[in-house]
Amino acid sequence: MTKIDSTLAKTLLEKLWEVRLFEENTSRLYKEGVLPGFVHLSLGQEACAVGACQALQESDFITSTHRGHGHCIAKGADLNRMMSELYGKETGYSKGRGGSMHIADVNAGILGANGIVGQSTTLAIGAALSFQTKKLDNVVLAFFGEGASGSGAVHEAMNIAGIWKLPVIFFCESNKYAELSPFDVHVPIKNISDRSKGYGFKGITIDGNNLVDVYSNVLEAVKLARNGNGPTLIEAKTNRWHGHYEGDPQKYKPSSELDEKNWDDPIIKFQDFIKKEKIISETEIDKIKEIVDKKIIEAIKFAEQSKNPSAEILLEDVYASDF
Amino acid sequence: MSKLKYFLALNRAIREEMSRDENVVLIGEDVGESGGIFSQTRGLYNEFGELRVRDTPIAEGGFVTMAVGAAATGLRPVIEIGFGDFVTACMDGLVNQAAKLRYMLGGQVKVPLVLYTFSGGGLAAGPQHSQCLESWFAHIPGLKVISPSTPMDLLGLFKTAIRDDDPVICFLGKQLVGTSGDVPQDTKDYLIPLGKADVKIEGKDITIVTFSQMTPIVMKVAESLKSNNGINAEVIDLRSISPLDIETVIKSVSKTGSLCVVQESQSPCSVASEVISKVVEYDSKILFKNPLRITPPFTPSPFSPNLENIYRPSQVSIESKILKLFQ
Repeated sequence: MTKIDSTLAKTLLEKLWEVRLFEENTSRLYKEGVLPGFVHLSLGQEACAVGACQALQESDFITSTHRGHGHCIAKGADLNRMMSELYGKETGYSKGRGGSMHIADVNAGILGANGIVGQSTTLAIGAALSFQTKKLDNVVLAFFGEGASGSGAVHEAMNIAGIWKLPVIFFCESNKYAELSPFDVHVPIKNISDRSKGYGFKGITIDGNNLVDVYSNVLEAVKLARNGNGPTLIEAKTNRWHGHYEGDPQKYKPSSELDEKNWDDPIIKFQDFIKKEKIISETEIDKIKEIVDKKIIEAIKFAEQSKNPSAEILLEDVYASDF
Repeated sequence: MSKLKYFLALNRAIREEMSRDENVVLIGEDVGESGGIFSQTRGLYNEFGELRVRDTPIAEGGFVTMAVGAAATGLRPVIEIGFGDFVTACMDGLVNQAAKLRYMLGGQVKVPLVLYTFSGGGLAAGPQHSQCLESWFAHIPGLKVISPSTPMDLLGLFKTAIRDDDPVICFLGKQLVGTSGDVPQDTKDYLIPLGKADVKIEGKDITIVTFSQMTPIVMKVAESLKSNNGINAEVIDLRSISPLDIETVIKSVSKTGSLCVVQESQSPCSVASEVISKVVEYDSKILFKNPLRITPPFTPSPFSPNLENIYRPSQVSIESKILKLFQ
C-alpha cells in the first residue's frame, strides 16, 4: 500500500476540507440568492478529486465536468479566483464570462471544467495527443461521471486513446445518479470499468470514498500512462450527497439517502485512518479545518469586494487574433 | 506562376506548413498512408510520420473535440472531415468547445485549428453528401469560415488559416477538386488574409456576389451577359464567409446599384441573407433594384443528376433570373 507520511496527510486533509467547505459555502450562498445561475456540487465526492489530483504532477493536466469545483481545488486552483467566478466578478478565473461550469487554470494544469457532459474525455485525449506528439512524459486525467459514460463522446475518446495508447487516465466518478436518473436506468451493467476491455486497456472499480485507495490506484495508472503504456479506466464508486443542481428537490432518491446520518463521509474515513495510523495528531487535524475555514471566508470576502465585469470584458477574447 | 490542381494546392499548403512548424499535425479518416479519397493528403504520412499524421477511427465527434484539446495545449491541428455534411457529427466540438473555450476560460487558451471539408453538390452524391452548411458556422462567434474557389486562393487562405490563432473552418468545393489554376512559383510564405473578398470581374451594371464552386459558374454568367446582353456584371468572390468583407460589396453596389447573391445553400438565414441585410443596413438607397438571392429551392439536395441539375443554380438559371431584373 502507498505510504502516507505526515506532510502528505496534512496536504490531503487540507485539500479535502477546502473542497468540502467551498462546496458547503457555495450551497449556502446559492440558497441565500447571492450566487447567480446554477451550481452543481461535489459534496460527498471529495476523496475522488483530492486522491486523483494528488497522484499527478503540476505539469500534468486534468479536464473536468459541470461538477468541477472539487477537481479544480484539488489540482491547485486559487480559491479566491474560483469564488469570484461563481459571483460573476471581474477577478474570477473567466472574468465572469464562464461561471461555475467553466473554471480553468491552465498554469495549474486545469484545462477547464466543461458544461457538455462527456467532453471532458475528448478534450483530455487532445491534451494527451499534444504530450505524445511533443514526446513529453506528462499525462492527462479526465474526470467524468457514469452518466457521461453513456455518451458517444466517452466511447470515441476511449477507443481513440486505446488505439494510440495515449497518456490518459479516465477517472469515472460513479456517483449513482446521472442528473435525476439512478444508475440502473442508464447503465446496463454493474461496473463501468468492465467497458475498458472493449478498448484494450485496464479497468478497475474502487471505493471512491476511500482517499488512500483512490490515490494509490491513480498513482499506478499514472505510472502506466507516463511510461507509454496507455490509458486506464478507474471507476470510483462514490456518492453525490446533494441533488444534480442546488435546489434540486431530489424526489428520485430514497429517503435513506437523503438522511445525512447515512452518508458515507470520505473525510471522516480519512481522518479515522490517520488517527488509527497515528500519522498526525487530533489537534493538528482540528487546526487544518480551522485554517481552511478562514481561507474560505477570505475567498468569499475577495469575491464580494471584487468589481462586476465591465462592458469591455463582454467583447474581449472572442478571438485570439484579428477578426 | 505555375499550374496546380485544387486538391494539390491543399496538399501543398498542408505540407509546407507542416515543414515550417512541427506543431502542425494532420488528423482525420484516411489521411494517412491511403492519402484520402481525392489523394488530397498523398505523401504526407510518409513525409511526416505517424505521430503527426493521424488516421482516426470513424468518430468525427471524438476526434474533432480531441483536436480542440490538442490545440488548446500547443498543437496546431489540421482536421479533415471528408464530406461537409458530416460536420453535424462534430458540432459540439466546433460550436461549444472550439468557439467558446478561449472566451469562457477567461482568455487563458487559444484554439488554433483548421477543419477542412468537401462541400456542395454536382456529383450525384445525394441528400447526405452534397450540402453546404457554411452559414451555420458564420453564425457562431469564435469561429472563422473560409471557402476558396481557386487553387491560388486555397493555398494562400489555407496557409493563413493554419498560422491563425483561432479555429477556422474551410469549406472546399467538391467540383473544384480536379480544377487547375495559377499559383506563384514560390508559395512557402504565400498568404492571403482572411476576410478579404476578390473582385473577379469588374462591371458597372450589377454586383454578383458568390463563393466556392458557384464562382466559376457565375463568371461564365458574367461573360455571357456581357457578350449577349451588353450587361456588365461585377463578380465578387467572397473567399471568406466570416469575417465577411462587406466593404468590398458595398463599394461595388454603390457603383452598380444592383445586387445579386448566388450560393449553393438554401436561402433562409444564409450568407446571401447576411450580405443583403448588411448592404440594406448600410444604405438602402444605393440599391436601385430589389436585391436577389439565387439559391437552390428549400428541399434537400436530390440524388438523380436530372433533379440535381434543376436543384442547383446553373449558368442558365442564374442568367435568366438576372435578366428578369433588367426587364
